[in-house]
Amino acid sequence: MTQAMPKPVNADPAADADERPVVLEVSGLSKSFGSNTVLRDINLKVHKAETVCLLGPSGSGKSTLLRCMNWLEEPDGGTVLLAGQRIGVRPGGNVRMTDRDLAAVRTRIGMVFQHFALWPHMTVLQNVMEAPVHVLKRNKAEARREAEALLQRVGLADKMDAFPAKLSGGQKQRVGIARSLAIKPDVMLFDEPTSALDPELVGEVLSVMKDLAREGMTMVVVTHEMSFARDVASRVVFMDNGQIVETGSPERFFVAPETERARQFLMRYAARGH
Amino acid sequence: MGEFAIVWEHRGMIMDGFESTLIIVALAAIGSLALGTLLTIPLMSRHRVVAAFATGYVDAMRCVPFLLFVYLIYFGLPTLGVRFDNWSAGVTALILYNAGYMAELLRASWKNLPKETIEAGHAFGFSGWGLFRRIILPPVLFAALPLIGNQLIQIVKDSAFLTIIAVAELTHEATSLQTTYFVPFASFFAAVVLYWVTCIVIESTVGFANRYAEVRR
Repeated sequence: MTQAMPKPVNADPAADADERPVVLEVSGLSKSFGSNTVLRDINLKVHKAETVCLLGPSGSGKSTLLRCMNWLEEPDGGTVLLAGQRIGVRPGGNVRMTDRDLAAVRTRIGMVFQHFALWPHMTVLQNVMEAPVHVLKRNKAEARREAEALLQRVGLADKMDAFPAKLSGGQKQRVGIARSLAIKPDVMLFDEPTSALDPELVGEVLSVMKDLAREGMTMVVVTHEMSFARDVASRVVFMDNGQIVETGSPERFFVAPETERARQFLMRYAARGH
Repeated sequence: MGEFAIVWEHRGMIMDGFESTLIIVALAAIGSLALGTLLTIPLMSRHRVVAAFATGYVDAMRCVPFLLFVYLIYFGLPTLGVRFDNWSAGVTALILYNAGYMAELLRASWKNLPKETIEAGHAFGFSGWGLFRRIILPPVLFAALPLIGNQLIQIVKDSAFLTIIAVAELTHEATSLQTTYFVPFASFFAAVVLYWVTCIVIESTVGFANRYAEVRR
Protein backbone atom coordinates (compact mmCIF):
# COMPACT_ATOMS: atom_id res chain seq x y z
CA MET A 1 0.00 0.00 0.00
CA THR A 2 3.01 2.30 -0.26
CA GLN A 3 2.62 5.28 -2.53
CA ALA A 4 6.09 5.39 -4.10
CA MET A 5 6.67 1.98 -5.61
CA PRO A 6 10.29 0.94 -6.18
CA LYS A 7 11.09 -0.12 -9.69
CA PRO A 8 9.73 -3.64 -9.98
CA VAL A 9 12.37 -6.33 -10.29
CA ASN A 10 10.29 -8.21 -12.82
CA ALA A 11 9.62 -5.31 -15.18
CA ASP A 12 8.62 -6.34 -18.65
CA PRO A 13 9.74 -3.96 -21.40
CA ALA A 14 7.53 -5.73 -23.94
CA ALA A 15 4.44 -5.12 -21.81
CA ASP A 16 5.38 -1.53 -21.09
CA ALA A 17 5.76 -0.87 -24.80
CA ASP A 18 2.27 -2.23 -25.51
CA GLU A 19 0.12 0.79 -26.30
CA ARG A 20 -3.26 -0.83 -25.90
CA PRO A 21 -5.10 0.29 -22.77
CA VAL A 22 -4.28 -1.59 -19.57
CA VAL A 23 -7.30 -3.59 -18.40
CA LEU A 24 -5.84 -5.16 -15.31
CA GLU A 25 -2.84 -3.98 -13.37
CA VAL A 26 -1.31 -5.74 -10.40
CA SER A 27 1.33 -3.83 -8.42
CA GLY A 28 3.50 -4.93 -5.52
CA LEU A 29 1.09 -7.71 -4.68
CA SER A 30 1.91 -10.02 -1.79
CA LYS A 31 0.03 -12.81 -0.08
CA SER A 32 0.77 -15.22 2.73
CA PHE A 33 -1.16 -18.09 4.20
CA GLY A 34 0.01 -18.07 7.80
CA SER A 35 3.79 -18.21 7.74
CA ASN A 36 3.81 -19.45 4.16
CA THR A 37 4.46 -16.63 1.67
CA VAL A 38 2.81 -17.59 -1.61
CA LEU A 39 3.17 -14.32 -3.53
CA ARG A 40 5.83 -11.65 -3.19
CA ASP A 41 5.96 -8.31 -4.99
CA ILE A 42 4.01 -9.30 -8.08
CA ASN A 43 3.79 -6.68 -10.84
CA LEU A 44 1.80 -7.43 -13.92
CA LYS A 45 -0.10 -5.48 -16.57
CA VAL A 46 -2.70 -7.05 -18.81
CA HIS A 47 -3.58 -5.03 -21.89
CA LYS A 48 -6.83 -5.10 -23.79
CA ALA A 49 -7.22 -8.14 -26.07
CA GLU A 50 -4.12 -9.81 -24.63
CA THR A 51 -4.01 -13.47 -23.64
CA VAL A 52 -1.58 -13.76 -20.76
CA CYS A 53 -0.68 -17.30 -19.73
CA LEU A 54 0.59 -17.85 -16.21
CA LEU A 55 2.93 -20.83 -16.19
CA GLY A 56 4.97 -22.43 -13.47
CA PRO A 57 5.32 -25.49 -11.29
CA SER A 58 2.57 -26.49 -8.86
CA GLY A 59 2.64 -24.34 -5.78
CA SER A 60 4.34 -21.46 -7.56
CA GLY A 61 1.43 -19.14 -6.73
CA LYS A 62 -0.22 -18.87 -10.16
CA SER A 63 -3.72 -19.74 -9.02
CA THR A 64 -3.44 -17.58 -5.93
CA LEU A 65 -2.39 -14.65 -8.10
CA LEU A 66 -5.36 -15.23 -10.39
CA ARG A 67 -7.71 -15.42 -7.41
CA CYS A 68 -6.28 -12.17 -6.03
CA MET A 69 -7.22 -10.47 -9.29
CA ASN A 70 -10.94 -10.64 -8.47
CA TRP A 71 -10.31 -10.57 -4.75
CA LEU A 72 -11.57 -14.14 -4.14
CA GLU A 73 -8.31 -14.23 -2.22
CA GLU A 74 -7.54 -11.03 -0.35
CA PRO A 75 -3.97 -9.90 -0.93
CA ASP A 76 -1.93 -8.80 2.09
CA GLY A 77 -0.30 -5.94 0.23
CA GLY A 78 -0.18 -4.23 -3.12
CA THR A 79 -2.95 -3.17 -5.43
CA VAL A 80 -5.13 -4.56 -8.18
CA LEU A 81 -6.56 -2.06 -10.66
CA LEU A 82 -9.34 -2.86 -13.09
CA ALA A 83 -9.38 -0.24 -15.86
CA GLY A 84 -7.61 2.07 -13.43
CA GLN A 85 -10.05 1.51 -10.58
CA ARG A 86 -8.78 -0.05 -7.38
CA ILE A 87 -10.39 -3.38 -6.49
CA GLY A 88 -11.18 -4.53 -2.97
CA VAL A 89 -10.28 -1.28 -1.24
CA ARG A 90 -12.33 1.90 -1.11
CA PRO A 91 -11.03 4.87 -3.07
CA GLY A 92 -8.48 6.94 -1.22
CA GLY A 93 -7.98 4.64 1.71
CA ASN A 94 -7.10 1.29 3.05
CA VAL A 95 -10.62 0.38 4.11
CA ARG A 96 -12.00 -2.77 2.55
CA MET A 97 -14.87 -2.34 0.09
CA THR A 98 -18.30 -3.43 1.24
CA ASP A 99 -19.30 -6.89 0.02
CA ARG A 100 -21.86 -5.23 -2.22
CA ASP A 101 -19.32 -2.91 -3.90
CA LEU A 102 -16.88 -5.74 -4.32
CA ALA A 103 -19.62 -7.83 -5.90
CA ALA A 104 -20.35 -5.02 -8.35
CA VAL A 105 -16.70 -4.87 -9.43
CA ARG A 106 -16.61 -8.63 -9.84
CA THR A 107 -19.37 -8.51 -12.44
CA ARG A 108 -16.79 -6.97 -14.77
CA ILE A 109 -14.44 -9.94 -14.37
CA GLY A 110 -15.37 -13.38 -15.69
CA MET A 111 -13.99 -16.49 -14.06
CA VAL A 112 -13.66 -20.06 -15.23
CA PHE A 113 -12.90 -22.59 -12.51
CA GLN A 114 -10.79 -25.70 -12.51
CA HIS A 115 -13.68 -27.85 -11.28
CA PHE A 116 -16.27 -25.93 -13.33
CA ALA A 117 -18.25 -24.76 -10.28
CA LEU A 118 -21.51 -24.71 -12.17
CA TRP A 119 -24.58 -24.26 -10.04
CA PRO A 120 -25.96 -27.80 -9.88
CA HIS A 121 -29.58 -26.85 -9.21
CA MET A 122 -29.90 -24.88 -12.46
CA THR A 123 -30.09 -26.02 -16.04
CA VAL A 124 -27.31 -25.12 -18.43
CA LEU A 125 -29.34 -22.19 -19.75
CA GLN A 126 -30.19 -21.00 -16.23
CA ASN A 127 -26.53 -21.14 -15.25
CA VAL A 128 -25.66 -18.82 -18.10
CA MET A 129 -28.62 -16.45 -17.48
CA GLU A 130 -28.28 -16.34 -13.71
CA ALA A 131 -25.81 -13.48 -13.21
CA PRO A 132 -27.13 -11.32 -16.08
CA VAL A 133 -30.70 -11.56 -14.76
CA HIS A 134 -30.23 -11.67 -11.00
CA VAL A 135 -27.08 -9.62 -10.52
CA LEU A 136 -26.97 -7.28 -13.49
CA LYS A 137 -30.79 -7.05 -13.60
CA ARG A 138 -30.91 -7.32 -17.36
CA ASN A 139 -34.13 -7.98 -19.16
CA LYS A 140 -34.91 -11.66 -18.87
CA ALA A 141 -36.01 -12.33 -22.44
CA GLU A 142 -32.96 -10.54 -23.77
CA ALA A 143 -30.65 -12.39 -21.37
CA ARG A 144 -32.20 -15.62 -22.54
CA ARG A 145 -31.57 -14.82 -26.19
CA GLU A 146 -27.97 -13.92 -25.43
CA ALA A 147 -27.47 -17.03 -23.34
CA GLU A 148 -28.84 -19.20 -26.14
CA ALA A 149 -26.50 -17.54 -28.61
CA LEU A 150 -23.53 -18.09 -26.30
CA LEU A 151 -24.38 -21.75 -25.82
CA GLN A 152 -24.67 -22.10 -29.56
CA ARG A 153 -21.23 -20.55 -29.86
CA VAL A 154 -19.65 -23.07 -27.46
CA GLY A 155 -21.45 -25.90 -29.23
CA LEU A 156 -24.03 -26.74 -26.56
CA ALA A 157 -27.27 -25.61 -28.17
CA ASP A 158 -28.71 -29.10 -27.65
CA LYS A 159 -27.86 -29.20 -23.93
CA MET A 160 -29.57 -26.02 -22.80
CA ASP A 161 -32.18 -27.74 -20.65
CA ALA A 162 -29.84 -30.36 -19.21
CA PHE A 163 -28.58 -30.16 -15.64
CA PRO A 164 -24.83 -29.99 -15.05
CA ALA A 165 -24.82 -33.47 -13.48
CA LYS A 166 -25.69 -34.91 -16.89
CA LEU A 167 -22.77 -33.31 -18.75
CA SER A 168 -19.23 -34.46 -19.48
CA GLY A 169 -16.36 -32.45 -18.04
CA GLY A 170 -15.65 -30.80 -21.36
CA GLN A 171 -19.28 -29.79 -21.74
CA LYS A 172 -19.37 -28.45 -18.19
CA GLN A 173 -16.33 -26.32 -18.81
CA ARG A 174 -17.80 -24.92 -22.01
CA VAL A 175 -20.90 -23.96 -20.02
CA GLY A 176 -18.52 -22.34 -17.53
CA ILE A 177 -17.03 -20.28 -20.32
CA ALA A 178 -20.47 -19.30 -21.67
CA ARG A 179 -21.54 -18.31 -18.15
CA SER A 180 -18.51 -16.10 -17.91
CA LEU A 181 -19.07 -14.52 -21.32
CA ALA A 182 -22.68 -13.76 -20.43
CA ILE A 183 -21.71 -10.97 -18.05
CA LYS A 184 -19.73 -9.32 -20.88
CA PRO A 185 -16.60 -9.03 -18.76
CA ASP A 186 -13.67 -6.67 -19.32
CA VAL A 187 -11.34 -9.56 -18.62
CA MET A 188 -11.71 -13.31 -18.14
CA LEU A 189 -9.73 -15.32 -15.62
CA PHE A 190 -9.15 -19.02 -16.29
CA ASP A 191 -7.97 -21.12 -13.35
CA GLU A 192 -6.49 -24.30 -14.84
CA PRO A 193 -9.58 -24.78 -17.00
CA THR A 194 -8.50 -28.14 -18.43
CA SER A 195 -6.72 -29.71 -15.45
CA ALA A 196 -9.75 -31.65 -14.27
CA LEU A 197 -10.62 -32.99 -17.72
CA ASP A 198 -9.98 -36.36 -19.28
CA PRO A 199 -7.28 -35.93 -21.94
CA GLU A 200 -9.68 -36.51 -24.83
CA LEU A 201 -11.92 -33.64 -23.63
CA VAL A 202 -9.19 -31.03 -23.30
CA GLY A 203 -9.23 -30.11 -27.00
CA GLU A 204 -12.86 -28.98 -27.16
CA VAL A 205 -12.31 -26.52 -24.30
CA LEU A 206 -9.02 -25.19 -25.62
CA SER A 207 -10.50 -24.61 -29.05
CA VAL A 208 -13.25 -22.44 -27.54
CA MET A 209 -10.60 -20.49 -25.64
CA LYS A 210 -8.54 -20.12 -28.80
CA ASP A 211 -11.52 -18.61 -30.60
CA LEU A 212 -12.06 -16.16 -27.74
CA ALA A 213 -8.45 -15.07 -27.85
CA ARG A 214 -8.65 -14.57 -31.60
CA GLU A 215 -11.82 -12.51 -31.22
CA GLY A 216 -10.03 -10.13 -28.90
CA MET A 217 -11.19 -11.17 -25.42
CA THR A 218 -8.78 -10.11 -22.68
CA MET A 219 -7.73 -13.26 -20.89
CA VAL A 220 -5.51 -14.37 -18.04
CA VAL A 221 -5.01 -18.12 -18.12
CA VAL A 222 -3.37 -20.31 -15.51
CA THR A 223 -2.51 -23.48 -17.39
CA HIS A 224 -0.28 -26.48 -17.72
CA GLU A 225 -1.08 -26.80 -21.41
CA MET A 226 2.22 -25.72 -22.92
CA SER A 227 1.06 -26.08 -26.50
CA PHE A 228 -1.89 -23.78 -25.79
CA ALA A 229 0.42 -21.17 -24.26
CA ARG A 230 2.81 -21.46 -27.19
CA ASP A 231 0.08 -21.12 -29.83
CA VAL A 232 -2.34 -18.68 -28.22
CA ALA A 233 -0.63 -16.56 -25.58
CA SER A 234 0.33 -13.03 -26.48
CA ARG A 235 2.56 -13.10 -23.43
CA VAL A 236 3.81 -15.77 -21.09
CA VAL A 237 4.43 -15.11 -17.41
CA PHE A 238 6.57 -17.72 -15.69
CA MET A 239 6.25 -17.97 -11.93
CA ASP A 240 8.22 -19.92 -9.39
CA ASN A 241 8.18 -19.80 -5.64
CA GLY A 242 5.69 -16.94 -5.43
CA GLN A 243 7.53 -14.62 -7.80
CA ILE A 244 7.40 -13.72 -11.44
CA VAL A 245 10.68 -15.08 -12.71
CA GLU A 246 10.40 -14.30 -16.36
CA THR A 247 7.92 -12.81 -18.77
CA GLY A 248 7.94 -12.40 -22.50
CA SER A 249 6.53 -13.53 -25.81
CA PRO A 250 5.84 -17.25 -26.15
CA GLU A 251 8.22 -17.40 -29.13
CA ARG A 252 11.08 -16.24 -26.94
CA PHE A 253 10.06 -18.06 -23.77
CA PHE A 254 9.65 -21.49 -25.27
CA VAL A 255 12.66 -21.32 -27.57
CA ALA A 256 15.17 -19.39 -25.53
CA PRO A 257 14.11 -18.88 -21.90
CA GLU A 258 16.27 -16.37 -20.08
CA THR A 259 16.44 -17.98 -16.68
CA GLU A 260 17.74 -21.31 -15.49
CA ARG A 261 14.51 -21.98 -13.57
CA ALA A 262 12.41 -21.54 -16.70
CA ARG A 263 14.76 -23.78 -18.66
CA GLN A 264 14.45 -26.55 -16.06
CA PHE A 265 10.68 -26.17 -15.95
CA LEU A 266 10.40 -26.49 -19.73
CA MET A 267 12.74 -29.48 -19.77
CA ARG A 268 10.61 -31.28 -17.21
CA TYR A 269 7.56 -30.72 -19.42
CA ALA A 270 9.37 -31.84 -22.54
CA ALA A 271 10.43 -35.01 -20.73
CA ARG A 272 6.80 -35.70 -19.82
CA GLY A 273 5.85 -35.44 -23.46
CA HIS A 274 3.70 -32.31 -23.26
CA MET B 1 -64.81 -56.77 17.91
CA GLY B 2 -67.24 -54.57 19.84
CA GLU B 3 -64.42 -52.17 20.67
CA PHE B 4 -63.77 -51.37 17.03
CA ALA B 5 -67.50 -50.92 16.37
CA ILE B 6 -67.59 -48.28 19.12
CA VAL B 7 -64.58 -46.49 17.66
CA TRP B 8 -66.17 -46.62 14.21
CA GLU B 9 -69.37 -45.18 15.62
CA HIS B 10 -67.40 -42.27 17.10
CA ARG B 11 -65.00 -41.96 14.20
CA GLY B 12 -65.89 -38.27 13.92
CA MET B 13 -63.97 -37.62 17.13
CA ILE B 14 -60.90 -39.47 15.89
CA MET B 15 -61.06 -37.75 12.52
CA ASP B 16 -61.35 -34.32 14.15
CA GLY B 17 -58.24 -35.12 16.13
CA PHE B 18 -56.53 -36.37 12.99
CA GLU B 19 -57.39 -33.18 11.17
CA SER B 20 -55.94 -31.11 14.02
CA THR B 21 -52.79 -33.20 13.96
CA LEU B 22 -52.40 -32.63 10.22
CA ILE B 23 -52.83 -28.88 10.61
CA ILE B 24 -50.42 -28.73 13.54
CA VAL B 25 -47.85 -30.82 11.69
CA ALA B 26 -48.16 -28.71 8.53
CA LEU B 27 -47.73 -25.45 10.45
CA ALA B 28 -44.85 -26.84 12.48
CA ALA B 29 -43.16 -28.26 9.39
CA ILE B 30 -43.32 -25.00 7.45
CA GLY B 31 -42.46 -22.89 10.48
CA SER B 32 -39.52 -24.99 11.65
CA LEU B 33 -38.08 -25.34 8.16
CA ALA B 34 -38.33 -21.59 7.57
CA LEU B 35 -36.89 -20.70 10.98
CA GLY B 36 -34.25 -23.40 10.70
CA THR B 37 -33.24 -22.07 7.29
CA LEU B 38 -32.85 -18.54 8.65
CA LEU B 39 -30.90 -19.89 11.62
CA THR B 40 -28.28 -21.41 9.34
CA ILE B 41 -27.14 -17.91 8.39
CA PRO B 42 -25.91 -17.00 11.91
CA LEU B 43 -24.77 -20.62 12.40
CA MET B 44 -22.42 -20.26 9.41
CA SER B 45 -21.46 -16.68 10.24
CA ARG B 46 -17.81 -15.64 10.17
CA HIS B 47 -18.49 -13.60 13.30
CA ARG B 48 -17.73 -15.91 16.20
CA VAL B 49 -20.11 -14.27 18.65
CA VAL B 50 -23.04 -14.50 16.24
CA ALA B 51 -22.25 -18.13 15.46
CA ALA B 52 -21.89 -18.91 19.17
CA PHE B 53 -25.36 -17.54 19.94
CA ALA B 54 -26.96 -19.56 17.15
CA THR B 55 -25.07 -22.70 18.17
CA GLY B 56 -26.19 -22.11 21.75
CA TYR B 57 -29.82 -22.04 20.64
CA VAL B 58 -29.49 -25.18 18.55
CA ASP B 59 -27.72 -27.07 21.34
CA ALA B 60 -30.33 -25.96 23.87
CA MET B 61 -33.16 -27.30 21.69
CA ARG B 62 -31.37 -30.56 21.07
CA CYS B 63 -30.72 -31.17 24.76
CA VAL B 64 -34.13 -30.33 26.24
CA PRO B 65 -36.75 -33.09 26.37
CA PHE B 66 -39.65 -31.93 24.21
CA LEU B 67 -42.20 -32.62 26.92
CA LEU B 68 -40.38 -30.33 29.32
CA PHE B 69 -40.08 -27.68 26.63
CA VAL B 70 -43.85 -27.72 26.09
CA TYR B 71 -44.38 -27.30 29.84
CA LEU B 72 -41.96 -24.40 29.81
CA ILE B 73 -43.76 -22.61 26.98
CA TYR B 74 -47.30 -23.24 28.19
CA PHE B 75 -46.97 -23.08 31.96
CA GLY B 76 -43.66 -21.28 32.39
CA LEU B 77 -43.91 -18.31 30.06
CA PRO B 78 -47.19 -16.97 31.49
CA THR B 79 -45.35 -16.26 34.76
CA LEU B 80 -43.18 -13.91 32.68
CA GLY B 81 -46.29 -12.31 31.24
CA VAL B 82 -46.29 -14.18 27.91
CA ARG B 83 -49.64 -15.89 27.57
CA PHE B 84 -50.65 -18.41 24.91
CA ASP B 85 -53.72 -20.48 24.31
CA ASN B 86 -52.86 -24.18 24.24
CA TRP B 87 -52.97 -24.42 20.43
CA SER B 88 -50.56 -21.54 19.83
CA ALA B 89 -48.32 -22.73 22.64
CA GLY B 90 -48.19 -26.20 21.13
CA VAL B 91 -47.43 -25.06 17.59
CA THR B 92 -44.87 -22.52 18.84
CA ALA B 93 -43.14 -25.19 20.90
CA LEU B 94 -43.01 -27.55 17.90
CA ILE B 95 -41.60 -24.83 15.64
CA LEU B 96 -38.96 -23.54 18.08
CA TYR B 97 -37.87 -27.03 19.05
CA ASN B 98 -37.65 -28.55 15.58
CA ALA B 99 -36.09 -25.42 14.05
CA GLY B 100 -33.00 -26.28 16.07
CA TYR B 101 -32.80 -29.69 14.42
CA MET B 102 -33.60 -28.32 10.97
CA ALA B 103 -30.91 -25.65 11.34
CA GLU B 104 -28.35 -28.21 12.39
CA LEU B 105 -29.00 -30.57 9.49
CA LEU B 106 -29.07 -27.71 6.98
CA ARG B 107 -25.83 -26.38 8.42
CA ALA B 108 -24.19 -29.76 7.86
CA SER B 109 -25.47 -29.84 4.29
CA TRP B 110 -24.21 -26.28 3.69
CA LYS B 111 -20.78 -27.22 5.05
CA ASN B 112 -20.61 -30.10 2.60
CA LEU B 113 -21.39 -27.99 -0.45
CA PRO B 114 -18.44 -27.83 -2.83
CA LYS B 115 -16.54 -24.65 -1.96
CA GLU B 116 -16.22 -23.65 -5.61
CA THR B 117 -20.00 -23.52 -6.14
CA ILE B 118 -20.28 -20.73 -3.59
CA GLU B 119 -17.08 -19.10 -4.81
CA ALA B 120 -18.56 -18.95 -8.28
CA GLY B 121 -21.47 -17.07 -6.74
CA HIS B 122 -19.05 -14.52 -5.29
CA ALA B 123 -17.08 -14.34 -8.53
CA PHE B 124 -20.21 -13.53 -10.54
CA GLY B 125 -21.26 -10.72 -8.28
CA PHE B 126 -23.63 -12.33 -5.78
CA SER B 127 -23.43 -11.22 -2.17
CA GLY B 128 -25.50 -11.22 0.98
CA TRP B 129 -29.10 -12.38 0.80
CA GLY B 130 -29.01 -12.90 -2.99
CA LEU B 131 -26.05 -15.25 -2.64
CA PHE B 132 -27.83 -17.21 0.08
CA ARG B 133 -31.20 -17.32 -1.60
CA ARG B 134 -30.12 -18.15 -5.18
CA ILE B 135 -26.77 -19.94 -4.93
CA ILE B 136 -26.49 -21.54 -1.48
CA LEU B 137 -29.98 -22.43 -0.28
CA PRO B 138 -31.33 -24.53 -3.20
CA PRO B 139 -28.47 -27.05 -3.27
CA VAL B 140 -28.48 -27.12 0.54
CA LEU B 141 -32.18 -28.05 0.56
CA PHE B 142 -31.77 -30.60 -2.22
CA ALA B 143 -28.90 -32.28 -0.44
CA ALA B 144 -30.68 -32.27 2.91
CA LEU B 145 -33.99 -33.60 1.60
CA PRO B 146 -33.83 -37.11 3.12
CA LEU B 147 -32.85 -35.67 6.50
CA ILE B 148 -35.63 -33.08 6.30
CA GLY B 149 -38.02 -35.99 5.66
CA ASN B 150 -36.82 -37.70 8.84
CA GLN B 151 -37.33 -34.54 10.82
CA LEU B 152 -40.88 -34.14 9.49
CA ILE B 153 -41.67 -37.60 10.84
CA GLN B 154 -40.17 -36.54 14.16
CA ILE B 155 -42.55 -33.57 14.14
CA VAL B 156 -45.50 -35.91 13.62
CA LYS B 157 -44.48 -37.91 16.65
CA ASP B 158 -43.66 -34.86 18.77
CA SER B 159 -47.12 -33.48 18.04
CA ALA B 160 -48.63 -36.28 20.14
CA PHE B 161 -47.03 -34.75 23.24
CA LEU B 162 -49.33 -31.77 22.89
CA THR B 163 -52.05 -33.89 24.50
CA ILE B 164 -50.53 -32.92 27.86
CA ILE B 165 -51.58 -29.31 27.32
CA ALA B 166 -54.99 -30.48 26.09
CA VAL B 167 -54.59 -29.67 22.43
CA ALA B 168 -57.35 -31.67 20.75
CA GLU B 169 -55.05 -33.55 18.41
CA LEU B 170 -55.17 -37.22 17.48
CA THR B 171 -53.60 -38.71 20.60
CA HIS B 172 -55.74 -36.49 22.80
CA GLU B 173 -58.95 -37.50 21.03
CA ALA B 174 -58.04 -41.19 21.11
CA THR B 175 -57.41 -40.89 24.83
CA SER B 176 -60.70 -39.21 25.54
CA LEU B 177 -62.53 -41.77 23.38
CA GLN B 178 -61.06 -44.64 25.34
CA THR B 179 -61.74 -43.07 28.75
CA THR B 180 -65.33 -42.34 27.80
CA TYR B 181 -66.17 -45.74 26.30
CA PHE B 182 -63.44 -47.97 27.80
CA VAL B 183 -62.10 -49.03 24.39
CA PRO B 184 -58.33 -48.57 24.91
CA PHE B 185 -57.06 -51.05 22.33
CA ALA B 186 -59.30 -50.05 19.44
CA SER B 187 -59.01 -46.29 19.93
CA PHE B 188 -55.23 -46.30 20.37
CA PHE B 189 -54.87 -48.73 17.50
CA ALA B 190 -56.90 -46.42 15.25
CA ALA B 191 -54.66 -43.52 16.22
CA VAL B 192 -51.52 -45.54 15.55
CA VAL B 193 -52.78 -46.46 12.08
CA LEU B 194 -53.48 -42.82 11.26
CA TYR B 195 -50.00 -41.75 12.44
CA TRP B 196 -48.58 -44.52 10.33
CA VAL B 197 -50.53 -43.38 7.26
CA THR B 198 -49.28 -39.83 7.82
CA CYS B 199 -45.70 -40.98 7.92
CA ILE B 200 -46.11 -43.09 4.79
CA VAL B 201 -47.49 -40.08 2.94
CA ILE B 202 -44.55 -37.96 4.13
CA GLU B 203 -42.04 -40.62 3.18
CA SER B 204 -43.41 -41.13 -0.30
CA THR B 205 -43.66 -37.38 -0.89
CA VAL B 206 -40.03 -36.97 0.16
CA GLY B 207 -39.11 -39.91 -2.03
CA PHE B 208 -40.82 -38.28 -4.98
CA ALA B 209 -39.15 -34.93 -4.28
CA ASN B 210 -35.86 -36.75 -3.96
CA ARG B 211 -36.11 -37.97 -7.52
CA TYR B 212 -36.67 -34.37 -8.60
CA ALA B 213 -33.66 -33.30 -6.54
CA GLU B 214 -31.39 -36.10 -7.71
CA VAL B 215 -30.54 -34.56 -11.06
CA ARG B 216 -30.10 -31.13 -9.48
CA ARG B 217 -27.35 -32.17 -7.06
